[in-house]
Amino acid sequence: MTMTSVPLSWYLILSAVLFTLGVAGFLFRRNIITVFMSIELMLNAVNLSFVAFSYQWRQVDGHVYTFFVMVVAAAEAAVGLAIILTVFKNRATLQIDDVDSMKN
Amino acid sequence: MNFYIVSLIKAAVVAGALLTTLAYLQWIERKVLAHVQLRLGPYRVGPHGLLQPLADVIKLLTKEDLYPPYVSGFLYFFAPFLAIALSLSAIAVIPFGPEITVFGIRTHMQLTDLDVGLLYILAISSLGVYAVALAGWASNNKYSLLGGLRASAQMISYELPMALALAAPLLLLNTLSLRGMVDGQAGYYLGILPRWSIFQGPWPQIFGFVLFLIAGFAETNRLPFDLPEAESELVAGFHTEYSSMKFAAFFMAEYCNMITLTSVAALLFLGGWHPLFPAAYGSDYVAPLLFAGGAVMCFYHGLNPARRRDRYTLPVFGVVFLAVAAALLFPPLKPVLIPLFWFAAKVLGLLFVFIWVRGTLPRFRYDQLMRFAWGVLFPVAMLNLLVTGVLVALF
Amino acid sequence: MDVILFLLFAAIAVACGVNLVVQKHPIASALSLVGVMGSLAVLYLLLGAEFIAAAQVIVYAGAIMVLFLFVIMLLNAGGEPKTPGKSRMAGLLGIPLMAVLLGLLSYLVQRALPKPAGVTFGAFTGGKPYDVGKAIFTEYMLPFEITSVLILIAILGAIVLARKEID
Repeated sequence: MTMTSVPLSWYLILSAVLFTLGVAGFLFRRNIITVFMSIELMLNAVNLSFVAFSYQWRQVDGHVYTFFVMVVAAAEAAVGLAIILTVFKNRATLQIDDVDSMKN
Repeated sequence: MNFYIVSLIKAAVVAGALLTTLAYLQWIERKVLAHVQLRLGPYRVGPHGLLQPLADVIKLLTKEDLYPPYVSGFLYFFAPFLAIALSLSAIAVIPFGPEITVFGIRTHMQLTDLDVGLLYILAISSLGVYAVALAGWASNNKYSLLGGLRASAQMISYELPMALALAAPLLLLNTLSLRGMVDGQAGYYLGILPRWSIFQGPWPQIFGFVLFLIAGFAETNRLPFDLPEAESELVAGFHTEYSSMKFAAFFMAEYCNMITLTSVAALLFLGGWHPLFPAAYGSDYVAPLLFAGGAVMCFYHGLNPARRRDRYTLPVFGVVFLAVAAALLFPPLKPVLIPLFWFAAKVLGLLFVFIWVRGTLPRFRYDQLMRFAWGVLFPVAMLNLLVTGVLVALF
Repeated sequence: MDVILFLLFAAIAVACGVNLVVQKHPIASALSLVGVMGSLAVLYLLLGAEFIAAAQVIVYAGAIMVLFLFVIMLLNAGGEPKTPGKSRMAGLLGIPLMAVLLGLLSYLVQRALPKPAGVTFGAFTGGKPYDVGKAIFTEYMLPFEITSVLILIAILGAIVLARKEID
């Protein structure tokens, strides 16, 4: 391995780091929108792995998966943000702890 | 090493020409608008106000740069920078002419030719909305915020019909490289009708062209879709709180986006630098004749001056025009200048349409704007794409 | 050059990712996410995925995140209040433990992969729009069609959810 090439594992490690950050944001944050964005971060991290694997096998399949993930993320964002808008309209809050009327 | 030097020179030339064009586009806009409204426009600084852009630049540079105490610091500075950086970087993939040879070096009249040139332009232009939205938000001012909100909703909505309108000619041309697209429109039907996308079979893209232009008005926040900066409702919209160079950055970004958009329209739909009719019928002589005609007019009016100083200024312009006409006929320069002339003529023609529309049409109401995007533009663009696809598949 | 570019954009991505998690205001978080997506797009280019890099910027940064920004601006969602009752122990232990977890993960990934797997820019050029399109419209035709139905459902759902109440 020469100095001009990056080990594939570095890409996967970066992907793992980003995914962990997404999980951390998902668990620790209390704002619905930030939680939602953490999910997007996790999806992005997974996409990076897909593209890296695709490079490793010199096949385009990983790109296709990434493309599908993007499409699903777009659909998810549309519905999710509509839900957030509705929640805000009904409760005037974006804190997930305050949306707990089904509890107890 | 050679590659870097050539690239640097090309970048310097393009940047210089682009910034000059940006400054003079504003002069052209003011002049055309003035004549639409039966006024004279800028007339004081230099002959026919030709030095007005210089005066404007000096004014904008030396004006006080206001920093309102209530704005959110970093984003307030970042937004105009983002606007100008994005709009300038889109120019990098636009080809202005064919391959040429200068001092023995063969090079393209383009900074870089990407395989995914069109996707690059779409990507850059889809990021442009951040500058406007962030400027509106960071200003901490209700008018600015409304402007930013309007901009983000409007630009997302109009991006869809724009992308659909762009997809249709791609089916005919079969490439995403802007250079390849122009090459796909070379040649003539029956030796006279150019094979531009708007004329090309099996389904001429004339509808796609019109759709693209309409969506382009909205993407560049121009009248009749300039809701984000509607001065009668929102003071100045998203750039209310900006002054001096930061204001100028937004201004330049808008003009630069207009140039990118019209260039893409010219490249995709109007055949780039391919002339309207073949060189066999003398298309190479259109440009020199135009400039020579301009020179003759200048000389005539210089001899019968309306005002005293026209006696001296107009003949000078006449000599300049004559020199340009001679350069267009000069064989070593011809392969560079003639394609450049056709490309510039198409872009300037489209820019004129932009200004003309601004001078003619009233502003839409916001709900009309949205209904128009989703109810008219989007279905028509879809239908256009569908028909193109079916016909391309059949023939 | 490859190493420098990778390290630069990986650092930007991680910095933006951390910023996303720690920032109080959703707008700052959204912008950090855009930063992550932008640097990931560059990494995709390094991996030879031209089309995916462009789609990443157009779809993610240009459409999805603008939608997020729009909603945040529309709701004028401020920062979140300090939630009381969190143990300090969690804060003190959490960060080192997370570092340990990441270290272990990196070590395992390093070990699991065969050594000579290196990424050189330009070694794989199968990610052009032509190749991706061909794969989508031949091999992955059925998933593609199903995704289009999913999008239709999402559009309907969004319209139903966001529609004003009609009395």
